[in-house]
Amino acid sequence: MNIIVCIKQVPNTTNVQIDHETGRLKRDGLESIINPFDEYAIEEGVRIKERVGGKVTVITMGPPQAEAVLREAIAKGADEGVLLSDRAFGGADTLATSYALSTAVRFLGKFDIVICGKQASDGDTAQVGPGIAEMLDIPHVAYVKKVESVDDKTIKVERMMEDGYDLIESSLPVLLTVVKEINNPRVASLKGKMVAKKAVIKVLDAAAIGADVKKTGLNGSPTQVMKIFTPPQRTGGEKFTGEPNKVAVALVKRLSDLSLI
Amino acid sequence: MANSIKVLNDKCVGCGQCAGACPFGAISMVERPEHPKKFKLVVIDLNKCTYCGTCFQTCKFNSIEIKKDAPQAGVDKSEYKGVWVYAEQRHGEIAGVVYELLNEGKRLSKQLGTTLSAVLIGDNIKSKVQDLISRGADKVYVCDDPVFIEFQDDTYTSILTQLIKKEKPEIILMGATNIGRSFASRVAARIHTGLTADCTSLEIDLGTRNLQQTRPAFGGNIMATILTTGHRPQMCTVRHKVFKEAKVEEGQKGEIVDYKIDVATLVNRTKFLGFIEDESSSVNIGDADIIVAGGRGLGKSEGFKLLKDLAELLGGAVGASRAAVDSEWIPYSHQIGQTGKTVAPKVYIACGISGQIQHTVGMNSSDIIIAINKDASCPMMQTATYALEGDLYEIIPNIIREIKSIRCN
Amino acid sequence: MVMDYMLSEEEKMMVETARTIAIEKMKPVREHYDEKEELPWEIVKEFAQADLCGVYIPEEYGGFGKGIMGLVLVVEELCKVDSAIALSLAATALGTLPILIAGNEDQKKKYLPDIASGKKLAAFGLTEANAGSDATGMTTTAVKDGDYYVLNGTKCFITNGGDAETYTIFAKTNSARGARGISCFIVEKGIPGFEFGKKEKKMGIKASSTRELIFNNCRVHKDQLLGKEGHGLMIVQATLDNSRPGVAAQALGIAAGALDESVDYARKRVQFGQPIASFQGIQHMLADMATEVEAARALLYASARMIDAGIEKRTSKESAMAKLFCSEVAMKVTTNAVQILGGYGYSREYPVEKMMRDAKITTLYEGTSQIQKNEIALNLIKESAAKAK
Repeated sequence: MNIIVCIKQVPNTTNVQIDHETGRLKRDGLESIINPFDEYAIEEGVRIKERVGGKVTVITMGPPQAEAVLREAIAKGADEGVLLSDRAFGGADTLATSYALSTAVRFLGKFDIVICGKQASDGDTAQVGPGIAEMLDIPHVAYVKKVESVDDKTIKVERMMEDGYDLIESSLPVLLTVVKEINNPRVASLKGKMVAKKAVIKVLDAAAIGADVKKTGLNGSPTQVMKIFTPPQRTGGEKFTGEPNKVAVALVKRLSDLSLI
Repeated sequence: MANSIKVLNDKCVGCGQCAGACPFGAISMVERPEHPKKFKLVVIDLNKCTYCGTCFQTCKFNSIEIKKDAPQAGVDKSEYKGVWVYAEQRHGEIAGVVYELLNEGKRLSKQLGTTLSAVLIGDNIKSKVQDLISRGADKVYVCDDPVFIEFQDDTYTSILTQLIKKEKPEIILMGATNIGRSFASRVAARIHTGLTADCTSLEIDLGTRNLQQTRPAFGGNIMATILTTGHRPQMCTVRHKVFKEAKVEEGQKGEIVDYKIDVATLVNRTKFLGFIEDESSSVNIGDADIIVAGGRGLGKSEGFKLLKDLAELLGGAVGASRAAVDSEWIPYSHQIGQTGKTVAPKVYIACGISGQIQHTVGMNSSDIIIAINKDASCPMMQTATYALEGDLYEIIPNIIREIKSIRCN
Repeated sequence: MVMDYMLSEEEKMMVETARTIAIEKMKPVREHYDEKEELPWEIVKEFAQADLCGVYIPEEYGGFGKGIMGLVLVVEELCKVDSAIALSLAATALGTLPILIAGNEDQKKKYLPDIASGKKLAAFGLTEANAGSDATGMTTTAVKDGDYYVLNGTKCFITNGGDAETYTIFAKTNSARGARGISCFIVEKGIPGFEFGKKEKKMGIKASSTRELIFNNCRVHKDQLLGKEGHGLMIVQATLDNSRPGVAAQALGIAAGALDESVDYARKRVQFGQPIASFQGIQHMLADMATEVEAARALLYASARMIDAGIEKRTSKESAMAKLFCSEVAMKVTTNAVQILGGYGYSREYPVEKMMRDAKITTLYEGTSQIQKNEIALNLIKESAAKAK
């Protein structure tokens, strides 16, 4: 089973601080991490490999420093890392990103399952996974919360929906995007870290994977950023301090004045 | 053919404003002791730069020069007319977001001087057509066939792209639901056009008929306005509760187009095996008028019992921040924020929630925000309509008692 | 910021891995399992999966081969968050050391890989109701019968008892020979005649099981004898020389964890209009705690490095010093932590009361502080006498 996991390196924004004067995000010391949703994708890829055998290849697109997240994925059980790095990939929107990643997946040869996190924590679009599937001309199932069974021709998965879950069967090759309910990602093992340290990361540019640079990066992006601005801050209102009882009474008075109670 | 950006070093004073402003962290300031005035050097990482122009706007010294290519010629835009709303249904029920999209779509279609159409895909679904018309659709395309009884990406993508290719709308609005997000991207990729996720505001530039799609980026820390200039249709998704719902107007008339489906043209590589309803995931905080939400400040899972009491008293629902969900005090289905649900109730009561941006993006459009927190300096307390300083375990029981006593009288 | 102890890259890797598990996996569940008094097996699986169980076991038996220092670093890091859960790993080391020290090649090949991979836990069975610090008082016997030894007797206060698969058990093979009449056996869980007795209700380390082991005509094959007949107490001595740094690391971890909680709380807690960290009374307490923790760490790391270097045959004095000092520091620091947190510190809402309860055991097991002092003094006198010759 050839399993490909597409991951993204994102700024670690979980504890991000906002500069209250400018309203902007403080970037100092903001480290790059594996997109949290992709952690579940890596784990599921490794689990499928452990179940049915095979190889897990992790791909990311980004600057040379993105190699670090590939090594981390190897420490967590992936077998190989591939870095797509080329100025021509820069400034890509979701469509151009889907194109570059799908071209790389095809370049790497035979594949059975492609796994992505449901979305990236910096862009939050959830568009790249299905986009890759479309460009590879394979089916996809998004929001997968469980892989029920997999053999060399089909896979059965549970797809999380707002009102429960759907049970879907798909032929292989297939692309899955996974949600956090699917597993509990392992901590990188010591032996895995040793392997990752020595692993050779394959670095490929647009020419190497045979990508048409008219379709990559900014050139291949139908959407453009027109402007970027800081959202208006909500300004504060009335403050209540003192005895809990008095505070509570004052609030309830306001709410009943507004006939909300 | 390439875009270019450069810093005019004779004008630049190394103030660093651009580096602070860059939303992509592409600009760094390097010490330059050899400069006569020790001005720092601006270095732009072209791997990260998207030529968005924020630095250009920020610079007070006109020392940044950006040359952007005219976007690649895509399609003949004049062939594309009309605003579409994808009228998502699941198990025969129209999704709530559709009514909100019809309202927004109507506004956009009027501005553009064109019509609003809804696309309804499903099995035995014609009974829902009038509902869409009375909420503002001038035209409803109906794709009614047993093959569409359950949502599958392959069949739904095939039929919607067929319809788009044939009818050529200029704008398509879709709900940012699991279904919408799953196949909108496939559709956009197949017809090769732009798709913008989770828009919070939509405006038309009448000169170009471009849709200015504004969405939060970097977890809501910044807003970006996105255009699809060279391609049509312009596609975007919008979350539930972002726009107001279209009102029902009786007696509205609309055209119904029963789209002929050739099932043989629909590829399908997946099989639907079943649906399992899950009560825990159907917690509908999205529809509640009052939400009582808890965060890390609760300190323990028992705190949610207290919040539930208050919520029940007010006829509201219980929400949570990610910190509370990660501590396993309450299931994920209650999570509000960037990685949870977006809500916009009349009253949002944030108990022990500090108000990190990842949380506030999910509840910022609430009408009234009440914060209860020991820490008066936290962002939630600073921005709340009513900020109650103190121990929530002391204040909430008092609120409950007070409401009960008011109601008794 | 901790002092730089010139850790190797691999040592840093172990620390980082242990810290990740402690914070991401253990911290969210520690109160729950303390209340429930149950070992979280899902955390044991995390240790196993991350290769932490075999850090001190040589690579040829599937371990990571980083010696006692490796064990110390991992145990310290885990115990900063929860020492009870960490005991599944730390007490396994105690039960495994007799095999590492006295086992023959067959025994090592048979038992060490499963312990290194975390598939099996181990336990050390020495203590009896009337034989604590004085092991010669034990009444468990092993009587030879053909190819087998027949074990009878009851061990008590056995950490990991019931949860472990592999036990190193000490029993008298010759009552007449006193200290030279004790032997050590590897006994597997589930063999006939080997049962578990009551589970202790304890003050601390509640998530870790402490049980009685009951041997009733339990037949153990002679291949399970570790070393030679009568070498039991020598194995005990050598094991404790190597294992006491493990207890010391447990104590150090608890102290370091309590210190972190104290500093954090003192910065945030506001009284009289300012954080309590601005009061000199609190500052001096924190300064003493931090200095004691750092001194304990320096002594422990030095002892562990000395053991791993293997230059001195016996390291009883050094490992006793490390254990004595670290465990006393743990008691002092956790008691002060509760003091700094005041009423909150006494409440289960904060972790320091648990740390104080958990710290106490470290001054008791594998030799009380008083026994450590005996050991240290005895060695001092021996060394001086040897010099005088």
